[in-house]
Amino acid sequence: MINIFEVAETNKMIEKENLDVRTITLGISLLDCIDGDLSRTNERVYEKITALAERLVSTGEYIEAEFGIPIVNKRISVTPVSLIGGASCKSPDDFVTLAKTLDRAGRAVGVNFIGGYSALVSKGMTKADEALIRSIPQALAETEIVCSSVNLASTKTGMNMDAVRLMGEVIKETAEHTKDRDSLGCAKLVVFCNAPDDNPFMAGAFHGVTEADAVINVGVSGPGVVKTALTKVRGESFEVLCETIKKTAFKVTRVGQLVAKEASRLLEVPFGIVDLSLAPTPAVGDSVADILREIGLEHAGAPGTTAALALLNDQVKKGGVMASSYVGGLSGAFIPVSEDQGMIDAVTAGALTLEKLEAMTCVCSVGLDMIAIPGDTKATTISGIIADEMAIGMINQKTTAVRLIPVVGKNVGEKVEFGGLLGYAPVMPVNPFSCDAFMERGGRIPAPIHSFKN
Amino acid sequence: MKKSIITVVGKDTVGIIAKVCTYLAEQDINILDISQTIVQDYFNMMMIVDMSGTKKPFQEVIGDLNAIGEQIGVVIKCQLEDIFNQMHRI
Repeated sequence: MINIFEVAETNKMIEKENLDVRTITLGISLLDCIDGDLSRTNERVYEKITALAERLVSTGEYIEAEFGIPIVNKRISVTPVSLIGGASCKSPDDFVTLAKTLDRAGRAVGVNFIGGYSALVSKGMTKADEALIRSIPQALAETEIVCSSVNLASTKTGMNMDAVRLMGEVIKETAEHTKDRDSLGCAKLVVFCNAPDDNPFMAGAFHGVTEADAVINVGVSGPGVVKTALTKVRGESFEVLCETIKKTAFKVTRVGQLVAKEASRLLEVPFGIVDLSLAPTPAVGDSVADILREIGLEHAGAPGTTAALALLNDQVKKGGVMASSYVGGLSGAFIPVSEDQGMIDAVTAGALTLEKLEAMTCVCSVGLDMIAIPGDTKATTISGIIADEMAIGMINQKTTAVRLIPVVGKNVGEKVEFGGLLGYAPVMPVNPFSCDAFMERGGRIPAPIHSFKN
Repeated sequence: MKKSIITVVGKDTVGIIAKVCTYLAEQDINILDISQTIVQDYFNMMMIVDMSGTKKPFQEVIGDLNAIGEQIGVVIKCQLEDIFNQMHRI
């Protein structure tokens, strides 16, 4: 039987070390909402989302009470909207109406975010894909909780460089459209290589076409728990360090599994996956960078950071995989800058650069995330940064992503406030040399060879 | 039968167990096990209870226990046992 010390340990994790379930995300397929008539499509989308997600928030709150564990966000992900609007949307403006419908439906059921204003263009763009991409700046400026993502590359198809170039411009335009709010629109827009179909985390969540009609995916958190566990093994060998991370990740993930199963039972929606993630928040003590410091680095970004992060990421997976019956999504440590106090400190101290962050993304979940850059950064430069990150994902058969915020009117060293879970960030310098001629070429980078690995 | 765990943490004072137990008896909640210890000068008590006899919804019981905790200056939590079993048992 459970003893008092085990109960106290769990409750200490929740109360003092920020253990929480980051999100319950309800994936909803909108494929059956497609209609040749735009207003009919909008109606069907609204009806389907509000019907399926009606009890999502109240159920989430009920589970919070049952287990005494905070569930920070309740979210919805939908089928990539470029597919849903393909039959009825003739222009970017038409797509914006769908974004507004998503926003309205999401707010009606009380969720924090709704993701899936997306296009999958890793090999080519349909007219609908391009119209959706061109509508993103306006869609994100005129909605509150809609998140957008675009898959630009994959290991199987290579990189769509036309789309990469276009996204550089779209990101700049999105920043311009929301310049009165520190270019906040860009915080809701992410580009991917190898985007997963079942990711519960925003801004990149969408409900892939390989998924069932509705599904529950859960993202766990818990950097604070790992950090606290590691303070007890200071100075010990890597073996002890790795065992400690594994055991802690196991415990954290079990909570996610439990919540996912319970949500699935109560909502009568199948359980999809648990995303094994260390997702930081701006709260003190809820930082992945602090774990890196605890492992033995003065700051995130110091020599040794990539190795420490690789170790951390791998042990989180090893511990987490056994704790959950189905694992998916992004699964790994996140290293967003603005959402992690330790990362912000590292940037402010001059320890962490964009280039080092890029290296770190080779060994951990996702990529260049929530990084504020000067507002006058050229679109081609942003596309170049995206291309580099996509190449890492394509060659290494992993998911990579870019969420950059070129903050209009701000320069290196200035602070940008996004608020809430999105946090704040110092504007980071970008390499000033040009890649214009590279980006102007157009076309695709072919898929990589799958043998001769070196 | 769904078991729940009630924990009481706070400064030791007269009548903590009495107050909590009285409330549980009133609500037909059966206590299966009690253990207590002092950790860093703080009173820690854990009860394993069976709530299948009570008519009150789970969330109301949590609310009532929170209120009793506030009255006597301790923190009382009530959670389904599953979260602890999941975390600490393979």
